[in-house]
Amino acid sequence: MSETMFEKIWQKHRVLEREDGQTLLYVDTHLLHDGGATAFDFLRNRGLKPRAPERIFATPDHYVSTSSRKVEEIEDERHREMVEKLDRNTREYGIKQFGLGTEGQGIVHVMGPEQGLSQPGILLVCGDSHTSTHGAVGALAFGIGSTEVAHVLATQTLWQRKPKTMRIRVDGRLSDQVTGKDVILAIIAKIGAAGGTGHVLEYTGSAIRGLSMEGRLTLCNMSIEGGGRAGMVAPDDTTFQYIAGRPYAPKGAAWDAALERWRALPSADDAVFDAEVSLDGSAISPMVTWGNSPEDALPIDGRIPDPSSAADAERREQMARMLVYMGLEAGTPLSEVAVDRVFIGSCTNSRIEDMRAAAAVAKGRKVAGSVRAWVVPGSEGVKRQAEAEGLHEVFRAAGFEWREPGCSMCLGTNGDIAQPGERVASTSNRNFMGRQGPGARTHLLSPAMAAAAAITGRFTDVRRLLAGEA
Amino acid sequence: MEAFRTMDAVAVPLPRPNIDTDQIIPARFLSRPREVDHTEFLFHDARRLPDGEQNPDFALNREAWRNARIVVAGKNFACGSSRESAVWALFDAGFRVAIAPSFGDIFRNNGMKNGLLPVMLPADVVENILAQIEADPGARIQVDLPAQTVTAPDGSVHAFEVDPFAKHCLLEGLDEIGLTQSYEEEIAAFERRFGRENVR
Repeated sequence: MSETMFEKIWQKHRVLEREDGQTLLYVDTHLLHDGGATAFDFLRNRGLKPRAPERIFATPDHYVSTSSRKVEEIEDERHREMVEKLDRNTREYGIKQFGLGTEGQGIVHVMGPEQGLSQPGILLVCGDSHTSTHGAVGALAFGIGSTEVAHVLATQTLWQRKPKTMRIRVDGRLSDQVTGKDVILAIIAKIGAAGGTGHVLEYTGSAIRGLSMEGRLTLCNMSIEGGGRAGMVAPDDTTFQYIAGRPYAPKGAAWDAALERWRALPSADDAVFDAEVSLDGSAISPMVTWGNSPEDALPIDGRIPDPSSAADAERREQMARMLVYMGLEAGTPLSEVAVDRVFIGSCTNSRIEDMRAAAAVAKGRKVAGSVRAWVVPGSEGVKRQAEAEGLHEVFRAAGFEWREPGCSMCLGTNGDIAQPGERVASTSNRNFMGRQGPGARTHLLSPAMAAAAAITGRFTDVRRLLAGEA
Repeated sequence: MEAFRTMDAVAVPLPRPNIDTDQIIPARFLSRPREVDHTEFLFHDARRLPDGEQNPDFALNREAWRNARIVVAGKNFACGSSRESAVWALFDAGFRVAIAPSFGDIFRNNGMKNGLLPVMLPADVVENILAQIEADPGARIQVDLPAQTVTAPDGSVHAFEVDPFAKHCLLEGLDEIGLTQSYEEEIAAFERRFGRENVR
């Protein structure tokens, strides 16, 4: 019995395995968002319907407006249609939808854990690469394409070849203001954007155990940015306390039975992984990216790197190109780089703990005059909780815009984009060229660091700001 | 799905590493249904200058590579977002094969299910092929799926691995749903065994 947690979950969901190694897996929970209309078209064209609608949960996030909760007020006709199609498709097939403006609506990867749908030991899929998020509760969760979404709708199963496993151990005590975001950026900087390709990543070690559920969700969310097929953290008391009492969490005797199953999930001590990586958590600083891949991350006290220091010609050329796109000069301290916009939100960092961390920095301070700063809570639930705590007033008093839940500026599918050349301090997950709009320059960082950048108008070590040194 | 067996076509070099699916098709085109021709969305922003004119230096805009049907790319090609329209854009523009040292996992799956064959070759082999097609714009590459080989312009032959199941589907142009339905009995039996404890 020296199985990894991944193997245990894989085995449990195996319907059959073909001689050629392809395995048919049964999907516990299938999440949908408003970008999935194609899969329903595909289904209709073949005269099929969802096999297990009771296992499907939907919410609009990619195309919703963050300035209104009314579908009819979505200005772009195409965007409005995407939201309306999700509503029609879920009604037609009896799928539960957390609709716009209702309790429960939110970014699909915020909604799942919040509703208690993301549970230890399950196999969860969604037509979105950041589905790796849900692995934070000890689930096997990964993103799929729209043809696969149609396949899961029709059959509740998915063909997969068994991926490899990678254990990423982070031991030591994280410093003050070093969050799940900083840990995952440090990991990706170490393994590279393709470092986890073909692997399911399991994060372990004392620094990971010490993370809150929100911190683990952020960590697993960006597994895909390190190439990982999925990311996971073994469930423990932090997990169980987080899930207990949520709308779809087991109750009563079912809860006790679930706990017993969940406690048996963690990888055996002698489990063997295909690859091992380790980091010293105590050495991680608040991180900021400078280039166009999440692997291009630096500690806040770093300087923009010089392409001439690159190991080979290919990297030199790539770095030089990124510096041009990003409008940066080699050797400049990160702390001297000014920002135009701040975006606090996305499936990576829009949960209540993220709101609190940013508000703690914003409290009693003012957003720099040159900066336009947004806070976009991840769900209706997060928004209501934050408002109950008065956080929206803290943000507004400081000069932040407090907006409605959705994916928003992370990828701008709803039209929330930055202008060409604008520099954005963003708590999202991708700093790709044009990700936040053509020509937009994205830097990834934690919510507290983003709030600090909003206040000073440049990248700032939040620890120094809070200590009155910046 | 359109079947794929062999191809003898012009190959275009895109040597950069980490070309993400946001570059292959920017997010603002994702609301277009599959019926829409996605050709013009392919590398929409990358192939244009800031003023909107075509960038003459971008490989896909160069005359010699206009009819390319094979893309040869740097490592981690098509990483990032799961958007299947990244495959549609390549497919609609005529591409049927992508060769790289590594791919984003989701793109690789999406490609195999949409008639676009992802071929992984060792980094030094890809580098060598890139050098050949950059030195001789318009040079052709042969890809043989049944034999699982790529023949470079210099005549060198390189074997590649492909999942046997995906290969079968691609050779026959099968979509998986029909095939999965032939296992209905196993799925139904699993559902009964999986039991009530796992129902929501």
